[in-house]
Amino acid sequence: MTRWVMIADLRRCVGCQTCTAACKHTNDTPPEVQWRRVLDVEVGEYPEVKRVFVPTGCQHCADPPCMHVCPSTATRKRADGIVTIDYDLCIGCSYCAVACPYQARYRTDDATYAFGLRPTAPEAKRFDPARLGVATKCTFCSDRVDAGLEKGLKPGVDPDATPACVNSCIATALHFGDKEDPNSNVSKLLEENEHFRMHEELGTDPGFYYLWDKAVKDGCKTDGGEE
Amino acid sequence: MSYGPKPWIQLNWDVRAALNFILGGTGGGFLLFAAFVPAPPELGRAALLLGLALVGAGLASVWLEIGRKLRAVHVFFNPFTSWMTRESFVAVLLFASGLAAAWFASAQLAALTALVALGFVYCQGRILRASKGIPAWREPTITWLIFWTAIAEGAGLYLVFAALCGAGVPPLAAAGLVLAVVARGVAWSVYRRRVEADLIPQARAALEPAGRQLYQLGAIVPLALLLAGGAVEQFAVVAAPLAGIAALAAGWRFKFVLMVRASFNQGFALPRIPVRGRK
Repeated sequence: MTRWVMIADLRRCVGCQTCTAACKHTNDTPPEVQWRRVLDVEVGEYPEVKRVFVPTGCQHCADPPCMHVCPSTATRKRADGIVTIDYDLCIGCSYCAVACPYQARYRTDDATYAFGLRPTAPEAKRFDPARLGVATKCTFCSDRVDAGLEKGLKPGVDPDATPACVNSCIATALHFGDKEDPNSNVSKLLEENEHFRMHEELGTDPGFYYLWDKAVKDGCKTDGGEE
Repeated sequence: MSYGPKPWIQLNWDVRAALNFILGGTGGGFLLFAAFVPAPPELGRAALLLGLALVGAGLASVWLEIGRKLRAVHVFFNPFTSWMTRESFVAVLLFASGLAAAWFASAQLAALTALVALGFVYCQGRILRASKGIPAWREPTITWLIFWTAIAEGAGLYLVFAALCGAGVPPLAAAGLVLAVVARGVAWSVYRRRVEADLIPQARAALEPAGRQLYQLGAIVPLALLLAGGAVEQFAVVAAPLAGIAALAAGWRFKFVLMVRASFNQGFALPRIPVRGRK
């Protein structure tokens, strides 16, 4: 079995929002919608204050509350773990949005454009009325993943089979891959690093991991440093 | 749009969704008393229709909120896990049995309607409980708080309805109100104790006064009025509907606050801080 997951290395993310821009460009989301959002968080108290950038979005949970509550079966989970929305089935009740603990879902009722009332040429070309009045969210670029797999490419390794946000990351903070494959890039990263998932206590089994330190093995950090 | 890790009020469900819980809950509770309080056939029929109208108004209100109104029938597609689908199925059954009960003036069908109405308000409680993104809603005891609030509102409205129809003070409705406001107070107390730690101060600040009103305006005032009405017979016809209005107002206010003012999400959590620059 395959389970596609995403990893954000919080030590590397510089908060440049390139992933956000790449996602918007790839998926043509309206101005107020950010499927790949990067939080700019201040933690600690003066003088020990740190700034942390936290990429978020749909966590593609293994037990997604959005799917369970969806009355129309528009939200489903694929065998590879990607949570999808069928825009033709969705009624736009927003129940999924209040069920999602990650604020990853959006509903846009009216067409809005980046520069005023008129769409730019790319916006006009790619405008999809099926996405109005329904729930939308990050798809893990499932179309790219699927197309890449058909070509024999490896998602997370080959850019043509990898989500746009991961491809665009200037700091190699974002990673994508199959967690069930012990030799995958993401499995190795999870093995070599300390990590957490957001709101794990809710039992949603998210598919989005955050790296925050090197893992400790036999009293040593996996990069050779001492604990 | 810039969001930090701090919670903010969800904007997906507004007052239109709240009205489904307010009117649907009151209508559901009211149907219970419409079915079991002894009344002349015309009054019984009018009560059933009023209860159904309230439920229908609540559903119509939430229908106004959905993004794709013409696809509303898709709401029936997921009975396996979605309480919204289950609520919809129960609503269909409720209208079928309620209209049949009113048409045939059947006590058995009215009893069935009451049972289904209880199922309807239970579904409403479960809808909130399944909303994992909203701490004030996902607390499991919300189900019984919503349930007993609906019964209290229904009993309160029935006392008002009976007074307006010149039917006096139905003892069953008065007894139902006493039981329901006490049960609602207990349910609020249990819910409050369990949800407190999960709520941010702003959510607590919004919820607390409305919850306190469930005790004061929603329980103490109706109980006092009913007691006074029991002691002074002439006062009873005024006291009972006033008690009903108090119970109703407290319940409606609480649900409005729960849905619209205290519905903060939980924001984002950062349980670990990245360790940077270590050699």
